Amino acid sequence: MLKTRIMPTMLFKDLGLVKGVAFDSWRRVGSIMQTVKVYNMREVDELVFLDITATREGRAPDFETIDELADECFMPLTVGGGVRSVEDVRRLLQVGADKVALNTMAMEQPTLIREVATRFGSQCVVVSIDTRQHPDGRHEVFIRSGTQATGRDPVEAAREAEALGAGEILLTSIDRDGTMQGYDLDLIRLVSRAVAIPVIASGGAGNFEHMAEAILDAHASAVAAASIFHFTQQTPREAKQHLHSRGIAMRL
Amino acid sequence: MLKVAIVDYGMGNLDSVARAVEECGGKAFITSQSQDLETATHIILPGVGAFPAGMRNIRARGLDRILSEQVLAKRIPCLGICLGMQLLATRGYEVEETEGLGWIPGEVRRLQPQGPDDRIPHVGWNAVTPQRPSPLFREIPVGKDFYFVHSYRFACADPQDELATTPYCGGFTSAVARGNILGVQFHPEKSQRAGLQLLRNFLDPNAPC
Repeated sequence: MLKTRIMPTMLFKDLGLVKGVAFDSWRRVGSIMQTVKVYNMREVDELVFLDITATREGRAPDFETIDELADECFMPLTVGGGVRSVEDVRRLLQVGADKVALNTMAMEQPTLIREVATRFGSQCVVVSIDTRQHPDGRHEVFIRSGTQATGRDPVEAAREAEALGAGEILLTSIDRDGTMQGYDLDLIRLVSRAVAIPVIASGGAGNFEHMAEAILDAHASAVAAASIFHFTQQTPREAKQHLHSRGIAMRL
Repeated sequence: MLKVAIVDYGMGNLDSVARAVEECGGKAFITSQSQDLETATHIILPGVGAFPAGMRNIRARGLDRILSEQVLAKRIPCLGICLGMQLLATRGYEVEETEGLGWIPGEVRRLQPQGPDDRIPHVGWNAVTPQRPSPLFREIPVGKDFYFVHSYRFACADPQDELATTPYCGGFTSAVARGNILGVQFHPEKSQRAGLQLLRNFLDPNAPC
């Protein structure tokens, strides 16, 4: 049986790992290499590494840093941030990324999704969708690390990404990000119902029961989390044990 | 000295495989040069991507001829990983019908969901159960989880070539073997301790696969 994945998210900014609240108020949380080594030793299911300032600074991904961290990473690695072209994707895969997350470009130039999927296969294309919720309940997709509205509905954006060849959706609620108040279950449910590719829930995990809700109630295929691992004593292994006790197939 | 040629045919993630081979005590070299392939003790055909692009690149570099010589004639142990395993088949049906290397008879077809939980691609950790004893799975518990990321599966023409299966979309062949030719649908280089053990088994000169 396919196991549900727990994916620690590492956000990279100014040469260090950070974590914020609602894509703001960034705090430094440690060195990349050390964190990767610990996660590798603990056999976490998969790592997500996002360079959150590359696009805004008009930078390419930091291939050298990613090469170094991938060398320590005998586990699946998804890399995003600043990916603008098929060539960027090729270089990221070459230095050791298994999957590449497209966020801003997936909305500004959706044909890139198809180009990458055709060249390297759908399985390595993760479309990362960041959303904010309006007071009327409507969800809207934001790009450039949440700084720019697109006017697009996340369900429609996810469907389009799937049709163009995306292999997974990384779905992040900016409102919930860093709050540890729980995932946006309605959002996850809407998107996971709309597509047949795996949906990774992101933004808001504060305890293990939040993860169980995202998987059991909102049908997420995997859960990503950062604050819970950076700022509390809780580990991915304990999370897996809890979810296993809730009847979810986990890799223990 | 283990000289492990990691075949570079322009299809992704070679560095991870090389790192894992080095971790297992092999000397890894990423190459598409015939002189390197001719001196290799082991050949790994990695690969991420689509079947037609993979075969096109292999043929454009003349690798099909060199690899056939090494693997079929000289019987150098060869391990295909993910797309590299699929290319061992007679033909694939990803994007368009494409002739494969044809070293293990079979076809590569899309996984067919059996229910709403069978999302495609099949991404994540899933159990691998060998169908018969094999040195490749030595010291690896039956049903151990390995990391998968793929949308297509290898359907062997001869059941004898099926080495292991995995329960998804009604079950599929997750490892194949025919003599010195082996293939795994999962990524040993990304499957942590169990994956490194499998690579160590593949490279073990005392108990060849």
